[in-house]
Amino acid sequence: MKKIEAIIKPFKLEDVKEALVEAGIEGMTISEVKGYGRQQGHSELYRGAEYVVEFIPKVKIEIIVSSQEFADTAVNAIKEAAHTGKIGDGKIFVSDISSVVRIRTGEIDTEAL
Amino acid sequence: MKNKFLALLTMLALPILAFAEDKLDSGDTAWMMMSTALVLLMTPAGLALFYAGMTRSKNALNTFSMVMGAFVVAFLVWVIAGYSIAFGTNESAMLQNVFGGFGNIMLDGIKWTDLSGTYPTFVFIAFQGTFAAITIAIASGSVIGRLKFSTWMIIVVLWGLVVYAPITHMVWGGDGAYLFDAGALDFAGGTVVHMNGGLAGLVLAILVGKRAGYNKVAMKPFSIILTAVGAALLWFGWYGFNGGSAFGANAIAGLAVLTTTIATAAGAVTWMLIEWFMYKKPTLLGIASGIIAGLVAITPAAGFVSVSGSLIIGVVGSIVAFFGVVKLKKIFGYDDSLDAFGIHFLAGLWGALSIAFFAINDKDLLWDGPLKESGDRMGQFMVQVESVLIVGAWTLIGTVVVYFIASALTGGGRVDEETEHDGLDEAIHGEKGMNL
Repeated sequence: MKKIEAIIKPFKLEDVKEALVEAGIEGMTISEVKGYGRQQGHSELYRGAEYVVEFIPKVKIEIIVSSQEFADTAVNAIKEAAHTGKIGDGKIFVSDISSVVRIRTGEIDTEAL
Repeated sequence: MKNKFLALLTMLALPILAFAEDKLDSGDTAWMMMSTALVLLMTPAGLALFYAGMTRSKNALNTFSMVMGAFVVAFLVWVIAGYSIAFGTNESAMLQNVFGGFGNIMLDGIKWTDLSGTYPTFVFIAFQGTFAAITIAIASGSVIGRLKFSTWMIIVVLWGLVVYAPITHMVWGGDGAYLFDAGALDFAGGTVVHMNGGLAGLVLAILVGKRAGYNKVAMKPFSIILTAVGAALLWFGWYGFNGGSAFGANAIAGLAVLTTTIATAAGAVTWMLIEWFMYKKPTLLGIASGIIAGLVAITPAAGFVSVSGSLIIGVVGSIVAFFGVVKLKKIFGYDDSLDAFGIHFLAGLWGALSIAFFAINDKDLLWDGPLKESGDRMGQFMVQVESVLIVGAWTLIGTVVVYFIASALTGGGRVDEETEHDGLDEAIHGEKGMNL
């Protein structure tokens, strides 16, 4: 089982969601997050005062899938839907998951997905 | 009142032959300066709060900026050329029908001592400037949340010259102006301001397209309290809008102040009751909307109609606007975001037509027209219909032209997807409506 975490631009959430649904991915968890990457944020001016915006708002999507193939499908769907080609498009992380439990029924692992 | 316009225009054309009866009256002057300040308050405070409160919080500051920005730009446009086109006198009789010419560019030829009837012409210019500025500001309500600020600023400049000033000339421009000669009655701007601004809003809304997620996601207002305060300030300022349109501290102004109060309260009560019966809940947004619908409906009629007439105008104006906001918008599926069309156009249209039926048949009150000349209400109605159609057609075509020019100059009229999603406040202005 794989976990996919994707950090994307907030305005791309709707497109990514649609792409994932189309790819057959049934569920997801999202959260509003802030962060920075290689650009280290950017500086802005307001009324003559300069300040640094270090953490830029992003959306994080978390998906758990049963197999490597599904993980590849999901990663591709996100990669295409979230792409703008500009700085700050985000990143996708894939990792292994050791167990899953569905609280309502007690089902475990792939049964619970 | 019409006589005062005539006096003004004659005076502008023939300064040497100014009539002996043109003598400054301090009461009239005081009232007109006060009215100017009252009407001014309507836009950068009243309308701006009314609209900003209704917008989603991420766009509230942009909405306020669109109104305030429109006001300051339109005022300059008015002084530079708008006034000349609207209230100047064209040498060509044919052009005088629609266009006052460029004789008073930068108010050239008007002296500080000149009088418009019984008060200074400069006061008249400032007073009328506040009308020019609120009209285009009204249209912004239809396009908030996706129109570029830069495109909007260009629209404001062009629209004031291409649409507002010629329409004002046709309706209020004095002898030789087409609808003025036809005898169209528009006391304070039902056609000139409200139909005009409301229809321009609809045209822009259709051209720029719907907001992303329209009719799919909930678009919750930032703060209805702000909207209600805005409605209250608009009402307050409207005493100058309608009362000041009597152009003097006189009994007609008094009539206008009373009818404005009655129609507005009636409009608010009507909207509240409709909601209460239909949806089981009287909303504050509904009461505020009813206030505006009543104000708009009585505007063209304020100084002409009876007490009971004003009550009916307010009630029906509110029903018509409610229908526009709740039904018409759904049927046709356009995104008139803050209902500039639904409320201002429809209630203004109703008000303009209603004059034919509810105007008091009193020669001391009426302007020249079929009703004054022969008590012919049907004839007056036809003139009102004609004025509505001509103003509507001019606004429609003019606004389309203005939009395409403005859009071409700014590389497309619509903000990009990311700006629209994140909100125009931060993306365009780098500010938020509220930092908590």
